[in-house]
Parts: sequence; structure tokens; C-alpha cells
Amino acid sequence: MAANPMYQFNVYRIGPEIKIGEVDISFTNASLFMVISTLAILIVFNLGAKKKSLIPDKIQLLSELSYSFVSKMISDTAGAKAKPYFAFIFSLFMFVLFCNMFGMIPYSFTVTSHIIVTFVLAAFIFIGVTIIGFLKHGLGYLKLFVPSGVPIILLPLIVVIEIISYLSRPISLSVRLFANMMAGHTMMKVFGGFVVSLGLVGGWLPLGFSVALTGLEILVAFLQAYVFAILTCIYLNDALNLHH
Amino acid sequence: MKKIIIYLYALFSFNYVAISAETGGMPQLNPEFWLSQIFWLTITFGILFIILSKFILPKIRNNLESRKSQIMENIEIADNQKTKSEKNLKEYDKIILDAKDKAKKTFNLAKEKIQLDLGKEREKIESELNSEIEDAENEIKDLKKSSSEKISLIAVDTAAEIIQKLIGVEVNKSNVSAIVNEQVKLMKGK
Repeated sequence: MAANPMYQFNVYRIGPEIKIGEVDISFTNASLFMVISTLAILIVFNLGAKKKSLIPDKIQLLSELSYSFVSKMISDTAGAKAKPYFAFIFSLFMFVLFCNMFGMIPYSFTVTSHIIVTFVLAAFIFIGVTIIGFLKHGLGYLKLFVPSGVPIILLPLIVVIEIISYLSRPISLSVRLFANMMAGHTMMKVFGGFVVSLGLVGGWLPLGFSVALTGLEILVAFLQAYVFAILTCIYLNDALNLHH
Repeated sequence: MKKIIIYLYALFSFNYVAISAETGGMPQLNPEFWLSQIFWLTITFGILFIILSKFILPKIRNNLESRKSQIMENIEIADNQKTKSEKNLKEYDKIILDAKDKAKKTFNLAKEKIQLDLGKEREKIESELNSEIEDAENEIKDLKKSSSEKISLIAVDTAAEIIQKLIGVEVNKSNVSAIVNEQVKLMKGK
């Protein structure tokens, strides 16, 4: 077993095949971990929100710190206008964070290591931000592609570059998260495989690497969730406060 | 609950091992379960978003705000009490200062009165003394005047008598007095 480090990303059906028309929407291991993450978030934050003590206990403190952390992140990057989108960014950050973290449990499945999941999230953000931008500024939102203070000769080139960079946002956003998660988990699997194949004699070095990588991956899991959320805030900032 | 988790975990491990040997390449690019993933992502994320935004996040916000407002209230109360106590302290200081002022004033008033009385008494006594001294001086002057006149009169009488006894001639008294007066003037001039 365990020869191919990519097997951990396999999706397989749990329970019966569910089809709506031609579309297969069977419950898979990916779906299971989405449900687990969602439930975990809801349980943790519900427990944290239930108590109303003046001096919070641990779980209340956790939820309140998360709240103020995300709230500060949004107000720092996108300003006060982004307040209505707080709940969405909070859910997004928590969802990605919990999916990443649940992926760190051995034999579990990392939802965010699948390009389709991250791409759907990123595309939703991209379309949403674009709609918000056009609703707020009308056609003036197109000024985003024309930076001020650029020589007229360079302008056509700059505009093309700006448009390409704008359009590549969902791709960069989704690929960043997906590739990070996939690479990290693959690497851990590879080192785990080395531990097994080198055995008692030479397996200690890759075991050490594995331990270190686990720490690194937990950091990456948090960091990528943070980056995902903060990039969403930055895109939102572009749409809300047209700066160019 | 624990048993169920352990059972599920074992099931996964088993499934995982069973599937391990099936396909190669990147499973992420296999579109077989893409739609299922999109569907379940939408469902779970949608539920998460709705429950968080409608029920949980407002509660947390309320908790945070009520704590903040309570802290602010406490700070305000403390500030009020501080200003109140400062005011009280000022009043107390003022009362003490007033009392001191009053005491000083009373003291000064008493002093002034005493001095005034003293001055009056002194003036009275001085004026009495002065009048007495004046009276005495006047008396002395009178005496002096009258005495010099009397002396000259006596001198004139005596001179006239002496002359009468010596030469037996009645002398005109006015002549004698003129001579005596001249002599007195001469003596006074010395």
C-alpha cells in the first residue's frame, strides 16, 4: 500500500449513489469532511456565543477572539464599508481553516486540497466582488483597469496587464490554496513512505522530517486560510473603495 | 459517541487502503465527483453562512458590545465618583480657607478696635494733660508778669522811701519808676 502519495486525495462514494437527473451528487468522503467542518464550526461558535459572562471562559474567549480577529482584518484591509460582508468572510475563513485543520488528522481527507472546491469558492468571490463593484460604481468600476499617473504611451499595455491580472484572480486564489494543501500533504506522505521503506535503521531521519513537516503544515493550514480571507478582503476593498 | 468515531475512523482507513491501488495521476483532475463536491460545498457552506450570520455572530457581537458598554459604564461611574470626590475636596479646602479668613478678619477687627480705643483714650488723656500744662504755663506766665510788675512797683516804692529818708525830699514817683524801668530793662538786656 501507500506507494502513491496521491492516493490520499481520492474521492470515493460513501453510501448509495444519489443522482438528480444526470448529475451525480453522491455523498463522498469530501462531502463528509465538509459536513464535519461545518458542524465543528457551528458547535464551537455556538458554545462560545451561548454564555454571556462578563469574564469569558476558554471557549467564549476563543470565539470572541476569532470574531475580533476577523473583524480587525476586514476593517484594516477593506475599511468600514466592508462591514456588511463580515459574516461571509468570517464563514469563509473559518470554513477554510477548519477544512485545512481537519485535513491534518491522519487518514482524514483535506477538502481544500481539491482544485474544484477552492475554485468554486474563488469564482464565487470573484463574481460577487465584480457585481458589487459594478453596483457601487457603475461603469466607473472599469477605472480599476486604468491606474492614474501612467504615461499615455504605456497605457494600452498597462490596461491589458491589469485586465489579465484581474481575470486571473480566481485562478491564483484557488490554485494558491489548493497547491499549498496538496503539496504539503503529498510531502508528508512521501516522508511517511520513506519512514516505512527505510525501516528501523534509516527511518529516523525522515521521521524527524515528518514531525517537523507536521508542524509546518499546521502553520500553512492556518496561513493559507488567512491568506484566502485577506485576499478576499483586498478584492472587496477594490470593489468598495475604487483607489486607482 | 467515541465508539462511533472510532468505527468511522476504522472504516475510512479500510476504504482508503482498498482504493489505494486503483488509479494513478492526480485525483483532483478526475471530474467524476466534481459536481458532487460543488453540490455539497454549496450546501454545507450555505448552511454555515446562514447559521453563523443569522444566529451565532449577532450573539457574539452582542456579548462583545455589552461587555464594552459595561466597561465604559464602569469607567464613567468611576470618573463621576472621582470628579465628585475632587469637588468635595475643593469644597472642604474652601471651607477651611473661609474659616481661616474669617478668623483673621475677626482678629484684625478686634485688634483695630483695641487700637482705636487705645488711641482715643490716649488722645483724651493727652489733651487733658496738655490743657493742664497750658493752664500751668499760663499761670506761670501770669505770675511772671505780675511778679516783675510788682517787683518794679516795690522797687519804686522802696527807692522813693530811701530817697526820702536819705535826703528828706518828696520825689515824684513817676520819675523814680522811669529810672527803675530803665534799670530793669538794662538788667533784662544782660
